Amino acid sequence: MMPELGHLALILALCLACLQGFLPLAGSLGAGTPGRGASNLRWVALARPAAAGQAAFVTLAFAILVHAFVVNDFSVAYVAGNSNTALPLVYRVTATWGGHEGSLLLWVQVLALWTVAVAAFSRRLPDEVVARVLSVLGLVSIGFLCFMLFTSDPFDRTLPAPADGRDLNPLLQDVGMIVHPPLLYMGYVGFSVAFAFAIAALVGGKLDAAWARWARPWTLVAWTFLTLGIFLGSFWAYYELGWGGWWFWDAVENASFMPWLVGTALVHSLAVTEKRGLFRNWTVLLAILAFSLSLLGTFLVRSGVLTSVHAFASDPRRGLFILVFLAFVIGGSLLLYAWRAPAIGAAPGARFSLFSRESLLLLNNVLMLVAAATVLLGTLYPLFLDALGWGKISVGPPYFDTVFVPLMLPVLLFIAVGPFAAWKHAQAAQVARRLRPAALLTAAAGIAAALLAHATPAVALGLVLAAWTLLATLQHLVQHRRGQSAAWWGMIVAHAGVGIFVAGVTLVKGTEAADDVSLRVGATAHAGDYAFRFVSLDKADGTNYVGARATFEVTKDGAPVATLYPEKRFYTVQQMPTTEAAIDRGFLRDLYVSLGERTPDGAWIVRVQHKPFMGWVWGGALIIASGGLLAALDRRYRARRATAAVPVVTTTVESSA
Amino acid sequence: MKRYAIPLGIFAILLVFLGAGLRGKPEEVPSPFIGKPAPAFSLARLEDAGKVFTPQDMKGKVWLFNVWASWCTSCRAEHPVLVAFAQQAAVPIVGLNYMDQREEGSRWLDKFGNPYQLSVFDADGKVGTDYGVYGVPETFVIDKQGVIRLKLTGPVTPAVIRDTLLPLIQELNRA
Repeated sequence: MMPELGHLALILALCLACLQGFLPLAGSLGAGTPGRGASNLRWVALARPAAAGQAAFVTLAFAILVHAFVVNDFSVAYVAGNSNTALPLVYRVTATWGGHEGSLLLWVQVLALWTVAVAAFSRRLPDEVVARVLSVLGLVSIGFLCFMLFTSDPFDRTLPAPADGRDLNPLLQDVGMIVHPPLLYMGYVGFSVAFAFAIAALVGGKLDAAWARWARPWTLVAWTFLTLGIFLGSFWAYYELGWGGWWFWDAVENASFMPWLVGTALVHSLAVTEKRGLFRNWTVLLAILAFSLSLLGTFLVRSGVLTSVHAFASDPRRGLFILVFLAFVIGGSLLLYAWRAPAIGAAPGARFSLFSRESLLLLNNVLMLVAAATVLLGTLYPLFLDALGWGKISVGPPYFDTVFVPLMLPVLLFIAVGPFAAWKHAQAAQVARRLRPAALLTAAAGIAAALLAHATPAVALGLVLAAWTLLATLQHLVQHRRGQSAAWWGMIVAHAGVGIFVAGVTLVKGTEAADDVSLRVGATAHAGDYAFRFVSLDKADGTNYVGARATFEVTKDGAPVATLYPEKRFYTVQQMPTTEAAIDRGFLRDLYVSLGERTPDGAWIVRVQHKPFMGWVWGGALIIASGGLLAALDRRYRARRATAAVPVVTTTVESSA
Repeated sequence: MKRYAIPLGIFAILLVFLGAGLRGKPEEVPSPFIGKPAPAFSLARLEDAGKVFTPQDMKGKVWLFNVWASWCTSCRAEHPVLVAFAQQAAVPIVGLNYMDQREEGSRWLDKFGNPYQLSVFDADGKVGTDYGVYGVPETFVIDKQGVIRLKLTGPVTPAVIRDTLLPLIQELNRA
């Protein structure tokens, strides 16, 4: 009975989504009124109640699916496929989004939450704008609800019900996996708000600084979530996959990284549109692209077009559906852009010189977009070749490392310079003079690092750029901290996070040490200056797996450092072995031990690793995300309705400039 | 007006490829290298940097030349098939470890088994370029005279071995 109720809730949600998607938009354009020009207020007023109703039914459906997992209702095919009576309760709940159908429902649930948030926090916006934004979100929701109801219904029954389920993929039975998909979706789907604002502006014909001010906090929050989601996915891969790798340029990772890159460009471009009224068409295009790449990512992951190490079930019918959906959403919005942008986006004669904050932000935008394009090319290249009948291939890290890293070098060179340059027109010589203290300290730090650490040229370059970013940002902070807005602090924090992140990546990639050895109990392996002694091996079973746990004592120059307990598990229902790596995390290094296979003669293949500054990679990513959050909390985004009267071009120059 | 339609144009092209990708089937590629002598090279071995291998060493034998890398996920799928095929000892297989790290490559073979008589280490992909490799994995069948007779793109499957490789190898061995 309950699953049928869930199915019904989805159908009702779809009906309300149709209401929300069409009527307020049409009403805002004057449909259904006798005269022309005036909007149909009754239709416009439908937007908020329809959005709330849709969200209520989606939430009901989601709750029913969770309930089916909690009570082990294996008559629901999706539950039977992704859960098991032996699975602990917390993983039964998270198994709700462990498979294809459930993660789609999560997508729609997250979209409903964003929509309700927009409806609630948009009281100061003109009603027509709110109506259009909510309508666009409703249209997106229609697509996903149809996709679910027609190709991937999570409430499908399988009768007679199996006695027990097939269990959740063991790799997903982990705390990181509980939080990773919701965060990632909050980011992905969050860009739909920026997208909806862009479409609303194109439809309404009004694209000004006030528009950018409305769209900015939403974009920042979505970007922050996406940053956290990518971080958690990487963090999970690091300890759960057992190889000690944390970024594989895998299609699924790229699918989340491309919207992030474009989203980063969008966050910066919105700043220019808000402060100076420039780059309007560009900003709108970026908002469309960021969401389009989120949808494309969904297509790539869900359709099975690209095979990936962690791909989900593939089904050509689903692929076709998403393709048509993509054609409508992306094609439609780009068509609207080509039609409307030339007329409404032209900047009112504002100019900026070759060296100014605008030009530096434009440079950032172009580099981010090119980076996203190269990732897209690398991700789709196998698909292109396959489509042309040239076979199935894999494009791996060699391509991405070669192309992506050089693109990031100029980004790192200028990231800290931007805040020093004035809007409109900046004196290059003056900026260079002001940056001299940071430059001198950077040079000193670089020389010291090269001498002390015997760094290779690549490591030295990475460290110098990291130091430059950190020191110049610090200098800016010290000189200009008085009376600054939360947005400014957000920028400082995020830029500093980039410096820390780059230092971490450089040192891990440049100086890590690893060894794979076949070890018996009592023997010792080495990585870097550390010795890992295999002390003992014990039995360690869980509710749905059998396992072995090893004890390793790590010493450095004879002094004890840590004791590590890596495990090898075998999940009995899914017949799948997993490796639970043991990690001793530290401020300056991680020590990492993972158990591989057992050899016929009773020894174990063991991988021991010394990963310097690994924590800085995670810390940097978290600091970047907190910068985004800080900026989103800026008080001026919460100002009262007066914003409608804001002039098109605000010539506010920050006290720093 | 026109430049505002550029994104739309790019997307239209992308859409065509995505659509084709949904129906795509892996097929053999007519390679310009078929019927030509295998390009000469001399590379250090993966497992022993002191020893050098050249295609000349295989003169008089029919052999497979398989391009692989530890970073290549399709190779991961192909690998067990190759390991099983190597156990039949129907043909010597030489590996080209393409644009990889020496330790990563060796570790990979230790972990998943080594179907190769030997692997050569092509760190910068120069030899791969000579062979027209545009992706990994690829497999070449080279005859007793050192002429490339067949090129397979993408993972070798049991069906390909049974229907394509084994008949061809038997034919070439009789020649």
